Amino acid sequence: MQKRAYFGLYVVIAVLIVLPFVLPNSFYLDVAIRMAINAVIVLGLNLLIGFAGQISLGHAGFLGIGAYASAVLPTHFGWHPLLAMIAGAVVTGVLAALVARPIFKLKGNYLAMATLGLGIILSIAVRNEAQWTGGPDGMPVPAFGLFGFELSSDKQWYWVIAVLLSVSVWASLNLIDSPFGRALRALHGSEVASRVVGVDVVRYKVAIFVMSAVFASLMGSITAHYVGFVTPNLADFFHSIELVTMVVIGGMASVYGSLIGAVLLTALPQALATFEGWETVAFGGILMVCMIFLPKGLVPTLASKLGKGE
Amino acid sequence: MLAQLLQFLFSGVTVGATYALAALGFTLIYNASNVINFAQGEFIMLGGMLAVFFAQSGLPLPAALLLAILVPAVVGVVIEKLAIEPVKGAETVTLIIITIGASLVIRGLVQVWLGKGTHSLPAFSGDTPIEILGATLLPQSLWVLGVTAIVVVVLWYFFNRTLTGKAMLATSYNRVAAELVGINTNGVLFMSFAMSAGLGALGGILITPITLTSYDVGIMLGLKGFVAAVLGGLGNGLGAVVGGLLVGILEAMGAGYLSSAYKDAIPFVLILFILFFMPRGLFGAKVTDRV
Repeated sequence: MQKRAYFGLYVVIAVLIVLPFVLPNSFYLDVAIRMAINAVIVLGLNLLIGFAGQISLGHAGFLGIGAYASAVLPTHFGWHPLLAMIAGAVVTGVLAALVARPIFKLKGNYLAMATLGLGIILSIAVRNEAQWTGGPDGMPVPAFGLFGFELSSDKQWYWVIAVLLSVSVWASLNLIDSPFGRALRALHGSEVASRVVGVDVVRYKVAIFVMSAVFASLMGSITAHYVGFVTPNLADFFHSIELVTMVVIGGMASVYGSLIGAVLLTALPQALATFEGWETVAFGGILMVCMIFLPKGLVPTLASKLGKGE
Repeated sequence: MLAQLLQFLFSGVTVGATYALAALGFTLIYNASNVINFAQGEFIMLGGMLAVFFAQSGLPLPAALLLAILVPAVVGVVIEKLAIEPVKGAETVTLIIITIGASLVIRGLVQVWLGKGTHSLPAFSGDTPIEILGATLLPQSLWVLGVTAIVVVVLWYFFNRTLTGKAMLATSYNRVAAELVGINTNGVLFMSFAMSAGLGALGGILITPITLTSYDVGIMLGLKGFVAAVLGGLGNGLGAVVGGLLVGILEAMGAGYLSSAYKDAIPFVLILFILFFMPRGLFGAKVTDRV
């Protein structure tokens, strides 16, 4: 089991190394970078949804905090980008913990409601505070640099994000097999049973929620620096839905499913752009069909099919 | 002073009635299947848009309105048959994604078919405002409130005095037990989708002469309906109605006295506070775990 899991990691790393040499032009490189960024966010979100069984419908809000921290703090207050990124992550972490603590004492769909509310409030705030955020038009983000070296070309960004993605995959795989990960899976299976064997259910749920929110915030900062511009769309409800969809389509509780989901759903809007006007219908239709026929997501469904064949 | 307060109250109660109808829709489907139907908002939009379409294509208003309720009800049933029933018992997230997919399909189709424009419907009985203590009340508001009140009474009668209604209640309490005494729980699910789609559409039709409609109004209306349902204690019919009115009133007051730019944020701030301090909503029942 352990060996097979790491085999996947090597494949991911190999693909990441070969990719920039086979991509025909910078457009594809840009798409690849966006896929990798989404993949990191989705890995974090999948730990929450797939392993702990909790839904966040406001993850784009956390992404937005990170992105706007990286845009607003250096622009208006002259902060160093790295400091701004950390500040965004800290604010996100504190906010997530504040919201999660009372909510996780409840069961069911209440976290969905609370995160949805939080996300919508954040995106409305970003749209309204135009003197700081540029309002609906968005604002430019200064370049990211460290020790006099500035990340500017797409190639440089690609390697940075490729390393981040590999590390995230490795960390996720390890986390799942750690006592922490086992506790998470236990409480997804049965909360009562895991409480009986001594798992502090609320604490674990809060921890994983805060962790995935901080992940999202950091990647929000990175997205902002990479694109060089932020708009409120990044923090929208619809973006939160896209992220959850990536988790579910790829496969809940599957590390490699997260990657597949992120890749497919980042590519999908590009592919659907040819259906002028029908994009929304097509996107919705694909979501429904996938969920009806593969309710567990692509990777787990295919894996169990292959397993039976052997 | 009083006139202003009264004015905000009137507009709040009017919008709140729409939220209440949407929240009732959420409640019906949640009780029958534990599904949170994120397509609920699209039924509101569909009601308004179809009413405009049928009225403009020359049908007399009552016929247009009736069709604008029936068509969404059929759409609701189709969604239930094709997308919800086949995956019964799937994880909550899966079901949520399916209903979100459905909402995108509905919104996308309406956008392709009827365009992105904003549409209006003539008020049912004129636009001459009624003056009360210095505040004005639109006749259409009376329609909204009156019809909502009738719906609530009819629903109460249905759930307390008819066999079908009691069967639906029984299913919401305990699905397996309901099946054991011979209740067709799939039929209940079917009814719930038809009814909640119809209720949503009705709300959308009633409010359109006041707030106008377009293909994308469903998202916010639906989410606020969801807030109302949770506020009242998810699954509680009376709670849904009170929650809807409360959300509408607080939103109008907040927009009037605090900040109109943050009007749409108010219901969500409210729900965060409620979840903190009254986690089961206003009328939610205490739940115990069966192991």
